[in-house]
Amino acid sequence: MDNTTRYQRLLERYQNGDLDRRSFLGLIGAAGLAYGVQTPFARYAAAQEVTQVRFDGWGGIVSEAFREHAFTPYTAATGIEVVDGTFGGGDEYLARVRTSQPGEYNIAHLSGVFDYARYHNLGLSVELNEANIPNLQLCIPALSDAFRAISGGSLSCVPYDYGTTGIAYNRAYISDEEAQAQGAGLLINPDYTGKIGGWADWRTRIWYGALQTGQDPNNITDIEAVWDAVRQHRDLALRYWTSGAELMSLMAEEEIHVTEAWSGRIFALQEQGHDIGYIDPPNGFGWQECLFVIAGSPMEACEELLNFMLEPATSIAVAEGQNYPPALDPTQVDLGDKIPTLPAFDPTGTLSGLTFANPEYWNGNEQEWSETFSRVQRGY
Amino acid sequence: MSIEAREARQPWILLSPTLTVITLLLIVPVLFIVVYSFWLRTSVGDVQPGFYLDNWADTLTDRFYRDILLTTLRIAAITTVVCALMGYPAAYFIARAKSNKALLLLLLMLPFWISYIIRTMSWIYILGTNGALNTALQWLGITAEPIQMLYNETTVILGLVHFLLPFMVLNVYVSLDGVDETLEDAAGSLGATKWQSFLQVTLPLSLPGLAAGSLLCFVLGAGTYITPAVLGGPRDAMFANLVYEAIIIQLNWPLGAALSLLLLAVLGALVMIYNHFLGLGQLMKGLG
Repeated sequence: MDNTTRYQRLLERYQNGDLDRRSFLGLIGAAGLAYGVQTPFARYAAAQEVTQVRFDGWGGIVSEAFREHAFTPYTAATGIEVVDGTFGGGDEYLARVRTSQPGEYNIAHLSGVFDYARYHNLGLSVELNEANIPNLQLCIPALSDAFRAISGGSLSCVPYDYGTTGIAYNRAYISDEEAQAQGAGLLINPDYTGKIGGWADWRTRIWYGALQTGQDPNNITDIEAVWDAVRQHRDLALRYWTSGAELMSLMAEEEIHVTEAWSGRIFALQEQGHDIGYIDPPNGFGWQECLFVIAGSPMEACEELLNFMLEPATSIAVAEGQNYPPALDPTQVDLGDKIPTLPAFDPTGTLSGLTFANPEYWNGNEQEWSETFSRVQRGY
Repeated sequence: MSIEAREARQPWILLSPTLTVITLLLIVPVLFIVVYSFWLRTSVGDVQPGFYLDNWADTLTDRFYRDILLTTLRIAAITTVVCALMGYPAAYFIARAKSNKALLLLLLMLPFWISYIIRTMSWIYILGTNGALNTALQWLGITAEPIQMLYNETTVILGLVHFLLPFMVLNVYVSLDGVDETLEDAAGSLGATKWQSFLQVTLPLSLPGLAAGSLLCFVLGAGTYITPAVLGGPRDAMFANLVYEAIIIQLNWPLGAALSLLLLAVLGALVMIYNHFLGLGQLMKGLG
């Protein structure tokens, strides 16, 4: 019996007069206390019959597409309810997961292979039974392989979509030719002082610092030169944006004229009629997102839900909604008309044209670089 | 049990539910944070329990943290002064209003009905390139091009003043409302001008309210995280932003714990100094 039914029955007993007010309030209070102050015994709850699976994602149009194309049919087929939660960023979500009880969070729409590695290193990964997710066969193998390399061949997630963090510029002020010619250098061009933006993410700042100093982002040899480039960008920038919505607002309102940007968000702005250009400079930042199953989750229920979410109809609807190409292999699945027009789309299904962050390299430097970036950002 | 002993116990019995809640929800969590501050972050972002002084050594000796703490205190101090300068006349006007006092107080409370984050974000649409102010300036022909007003320390202070001003006005109002108006009349009958009676009678009597409002504005301002995150530029950060970054971005909960305890200690010391000289009673009046 789920908790909602349990509380409804309790309320019914109280309303029928079978339970006095004091006892009713006492039981409700005790239930609240038990929920708020969970004990190690809460893990035994995992053994009960699965009635709910919790999914956390980025909200907005993506969640709407999931609800319509995956969660509703999944619930109709299995009777298992999907609790749909959202988060503002991967770091904040990881903090929530770390303070939760096992089984409280089940599936998350995570960014980047390094996020996968972080969850795995913190003991939050599981081993999926891929036989229960036949739609995984439809995905681009290169995407899954990146995850397998971290978790010793098995998967704790299924790949879901990919994109790039390239350079967006307002064509009213910066021409396509100038953007192409300058590439990453456009972000440290003093001509645009006060009209430059950037993502407040240490990885992206360092990645572009590497490009601006002519280095391989996955093998930086002169980190001091990179920090100098980060400082240079900091001094020219008006604002470090912290979300896709803010990025879109800053560009649409012309607060900034050039910034690094997420490909799907810029495509959305272009769809809205804004004259904004987008380029991926050589060694531009490619990334992929996945649906990660968190340790302590009901495995079969999660695997079944992942299979629903990887259904081509669902994947394509979500991809069209968020403007990022799906993980589905275009050589196996017809992706329709819109997806081939999205930035970063790879018709070959090999993703050989994109540069992804090497998770071992970046996670190995995470502690030092994230702390140093915090200082550099504040003027050090 | 004697009547005296029973009477001595009664306040504690009445206070016990509150003390229990405070112990469970405030003191115990703070103790957890104290314990965390002596642990270490591992290379994968987990924590290593033990007794290590590394975080405290960093927090207390690193120039970076000291500078950001001083910046935080400076911003909080400027905000408090601006709130006092703007809030006192408003509070005086409300306290001396012959009618519509309830309406004016209601208007003062109105901002509390809207989320602090939304109130902060509203400045983006006022001060932005295409915001209300730039549009008005250009429409009036005062400027030809939009002026860059957002994303600097001034807008952070502006956002803080917007957030904290009602706290100042309320505290000063409570204090002014308790000042007997006939005292000003008495000063006048002794030859004092309006300005002199204000400076020598009303202002000194309302200083406890001003001090209480200043303390609240300073403490709330120094502990803020949202305003610099929403209205600040790349460099603008206050101490709470560093705590956020340590805990959420760097997964360094032990360092975040030490940083948050340092901020707590600094602001706690300020409250203690206030209590020593003025007592917390006035603060309670303002909050009530």
